[in-house]
Amino acid sequence: MRYHAVESFEDAVRIAASSRGTTRFLAGGTDVLVQLRAGLVQPDDLIDLKKINGVKDITRRADGGWDIGAAVSGAELGAHAALCRDWPGVVEGMRLVGSTQVQGRATLTGNLCNGSPAADSVPGLVAAGATATLIGPEGTRTIPVAEIPKGPGRTNLKPGEVIKAIHLPPCGANAGDAYLRFIPRTEMDIAVVGCAVSLRLDGDRVSEARVALGAVAPTVMLVPEAGAALVGSTLDDAALDALVTAARAACRPISDKRGTVEFRIEVAGVLARRAALIAYARAKGETA
Amino acid sequence: MPKDELKGGFRLIGTRPNRPDGLDKVTGRARYGADIVAANMLHAAVVRSPHAHARIKKIDASRALALEGVKAVVTRADFPTGLTGEDWNLQENTIAGDTALYDGHAVAAVAATSALVAQDAARLIEVEYEILPHVTDVDAAMAPDAPVIRAGYADHSVPEGMHPNVVRYIDFGHGDTEAGFAAADLIREHTYKTEATHQGYIEPHACLGQLGADGRGEMWVCTQGHWYIRRMCAAVLGIDAANLRVTPSEIGGGFGGKTTIFMEPLALALSRKAGGRPVKLVMSRAEVLRATGPTASASMDVKIGMKKDGTITAAAVNFRMQGGAFIGMSPVTEALQCAFACYDIPALMHEGYEVLANRPKAAAYRAPGAPMAAFAVESLLDEMCRELALDPLRVRLKNAAKEGTKSSYGPSYNRIGFVETLEAALAHPNLAAPLGPNQGRGVASAFWFNHGGETSVSLAIGEDGTVQVSVGTPDIGGSRASIALMVAERIGIEYDAVRVNVVETGALGVNEPTHGSRATFASGKAAVEAAEQAIAEMCRRAAAEWGIDAEAVEWVDGAACPAGPNAGKFPPMTIAEIGAKMGGTGGPISGHHESVPGGVGASFGTHVVDVEVDPATGKTTVLRYLVVQDAGRAIHPAYVEGQYQGGAAQGIGWALNEEYVYGADGRLQNPVFLDYRIPVASDLPMIDTVIVEVPNPGHPYGVRGVGETGIAPPLPAIANAVAAATGARLRSLPISPPKLLAAMKHK
Repeated sequence: MRYHAVESFEDAVRIAASSRGTTRFLAGGTDVLVQLRAGLVQPDDLIDLKKINGVKDITRRADGGWDIGAAVSGAELGAHAALCRDWPGVVEGMRLVGSTQVQGRATLTGNLCNGSPAADSVPGLVAAGATATLIGPEGTRTIPVAEIPKGPGRTNLKPGEVIKAIHLPPCGANAGDAYLRFIPRTEMDIAVVGCAVSLRLDGDRVSEARVALGAVAPTVMLVPEAGAALVGSTLDDAALDALVTAARAACRPISDKRGTVEFRIEVAGVLARRAALIAYARAKGETA
Repeated sequence: MPKDELKGGFRLIGTRPNRPDGLDKVTGRARYGADIVAANMLHAAVVRSPHAHARIKKIDASRALALEGVKAVVTRADFPTGLTGEDWNLQENTIAGDTALYDGHAVAAVAATSALVAQDAARLIEVEYEILPHVTDVDAAMAPDAPVIRAGYADHSVPEGMHPNVVRYIDFGHGDTEAGFAAADLIREHTYKTEATHQGYIEPHACLGQLGADGRGEMWVCTQGHWYIRRMCAAVLGIDAANLRVTPSEIGGGFGGKTTIFMEPLALALSRKAGGRPVKLVMSRAEVLRATGPTASASMDVKIGMKKDGTITAAAVNFRMQGGAFIGMSPVTEALQCAFACYDIPALMHEGYEVLANRPKAAAYRAPGAPMAAFAVESLLDEMCRELALDPLRVRLKNAAKEGTKSSYGPSYNRIGFVETLEAALAHPNLAAPLGPNQGRGVASAFWFNHGGETSVSLAIGEDGTVQVSVGTPDIGGSRASIALMVAERIGIEYDAVRVNVVETGALGVNEPTHGSRATFASGKAAVEAAEQAIAEMCRRAAAEWGIDAEAVEWVDGAACPAGPNAGKFPPMTIAEIGAKMGGTGGPISGHHESVPGGVGASFGTHVVDVEVDPATGKTTVLRYLVVQDAGRAIHPAYVEGQYQGGAAQGIGWALNEEYVYGADGRLQNPVFLDYRIPVASDLPMIDTVIVEVPNPGHPYGVRGVGETGIAPPLPAIANAVAAATGARLRSLPISPPKLLAAMKHK
């Protein structure tokens, strides 16, 4: 195994492109190192991105949106007050990953690239309409985060492609988001179901809404019907029931050691309802 | 020891000094199994079967041996043949013979100059398997169409016509159960199941072994009992026990799972084959979960007859347990013996079956058998109390076993404290805490025998009057502190003046492991006996110097004194003065005691738990938890409380989320802590404890042993609380959210 501490994304891409074996990019390393120690992957080239200038920056753009570097840790996200005000749901998803120690290393980008359908930070990004800038042998492109997951452990990144940064749109006025996951314990666990809701209000009525579900399909997924169920409503019982129905209808889960098909479908609706109420309260400026 | 010491009035016993091993542990200086290194050391890796049941057709290690840095490969062919009984079981489990019996069963092992090379080499060892049908569930393993794991292995107790996987049958009881059930107003009968759980110790198994061509060797190992390691390794390898010196490391938890061998002979066999170079073998967590002792899984029928006032008139149980592919591993006998041990019931019948399955060889786990039995019996008792609208604690009080009661498993009890635990629970403020919506309260009680066991302890007086105590029971739960307190109390010196060392096999006679909650009881009792001998000798030395009879000298507050005015007027001679000149007064002063101590005192406990269940997800949150248990006497109350809380935490995990999940292919699905769900700290409230002290008349300071009882009540107490909160009665564990939510929908 060769370890490369690169100083630019161009170098990272060049090394990855010239490698004839298995490559892994290393940011926080909280997935890669665990897989390495468990013998699940034996990379020939391990390319460390942490020394690249700017990868640990959180930057507010002129339009009010945010750029989050590939090596920004969960702890750094959580300590960023302005970002937490704009996108509390995105941040709380990331903050659920691992322990305090893991939070010091683990990154949004890594959580996304690990390709887990249960990744806690991804539903929040998808509901927020986040995008990512990718750099690879064929150049640079920016695509929606929702298009990156491909299946358990797989992404739509091309060979040698790496994420430079994740971009959150401006949250704008009267908006709120929230993420909830179900685990049988209180922490240090993996989502059996996850759900993020991002919405905007016009007065008391929902004017825009996006709902994303995790761990109920091969990838984290946006559920447009669930968002649509909320639009135009004041989050009355009928709208919430429609949300629950739409969320459950979208689920295509499996039964495994973490939960059954029936349980995941049921709980997806429960979490959608609860997350919507939290996002709504946040959009109204109530602390929740 | 004078009996009036049972009454108390102690200088040190009952205080809470820091443990002597505490600083080393919090600073990282303590040496655990994997911390032991030796010059010229090799590292080992183990090749394990990926199949639940498979014939091993061929093992080809040529590619591994060709790898640079590889020094030895061993297979079963490197071990002696002709072993019988448990020795054969141990050898067969250490390394598979012609058949791999469970997912994770060791098939070969390799030693190399680095851990990475060893792991690479292990991947290069080619094993050809013929996959055989397997079975992992205890009921399925008894069914007529179950695959036969080992024909002709059953002992004579098994009734004719049963499946060959049923290897042992046990029955016992007393009274006329037919008449007892006829006298009942309410008879209920249900079946209960518990999944296997792992001890989950923080420290994985680790050892460093060295064995020469001359059959002499040494081992440093993380274990609860190094004489067991010595005996078992010697048997498996065909060497003499006295030629293997075994030194225990500090131990990061055992809970019964480190009272036997799993991979230690592999390190020694590799060392012998690699020219005697020391070989280090450290398990990963996945290896620990796949291939070391979980406890048994159980399927249990319980039938109880009760009068309207709560009097139990008769009871009958039929328990079935699997503990892997070997006989003698499932604690079905202990489970049967514990089932009704809390109660005085006129008519009882117990039956049990031990069953083979394609799972890892089970090991002891904290009160082996008692948690499963408690789950079945205490759940049904709770159901019947609810049906008859009776208070569950008062029903237990009405039927409680007392001093003189003939126990459910045979002997009559001496002084026990079960009633006192129930009374303390009834008086506790937790019982009056108001409950909100979706909340419920559950109670349950349990029993554990405790154990004496082979014990050998030496004690020696230092030249400065300090005292060293050599014990053979590794310190898992604070036994060094407790033994030091007892010795210091008896000799009349400060706690810090006594140092208790856990010594290697070459330093003492055979000691059983720290199991059966025996270390503070048995090593403590022997240490006090050894102190008595040293005190008697110190009195003789003083008497000789004073020129009076030894009988005229008494020992008071750390010094020899003339006993009364007729003995003469001499100033007290302190232990420091005696120690300073002992070289000139007859030589070293020591005490030694060895025995299999009698007078073991059983420990009873009663738990009260409040839970809240999320009606939409089935998730259970523990709101309040109370452990009440009879300690006999709490020598070091903080460590007694720690045992109560730790037992409760493990029991709560067993009740709610821990389980062995096997796929259709017989492979363990959750061999990591992410998916083998032990409670994390934030899952539990601070666990309240009440130490009841009904001194054990069989110990100089009244000690009973406190380590095990506490794991049993949480299983039924949680189930009972969940039933109270939701109306759903879960008769199988764990009460995981998917299972509970489904039960709530179908109730």
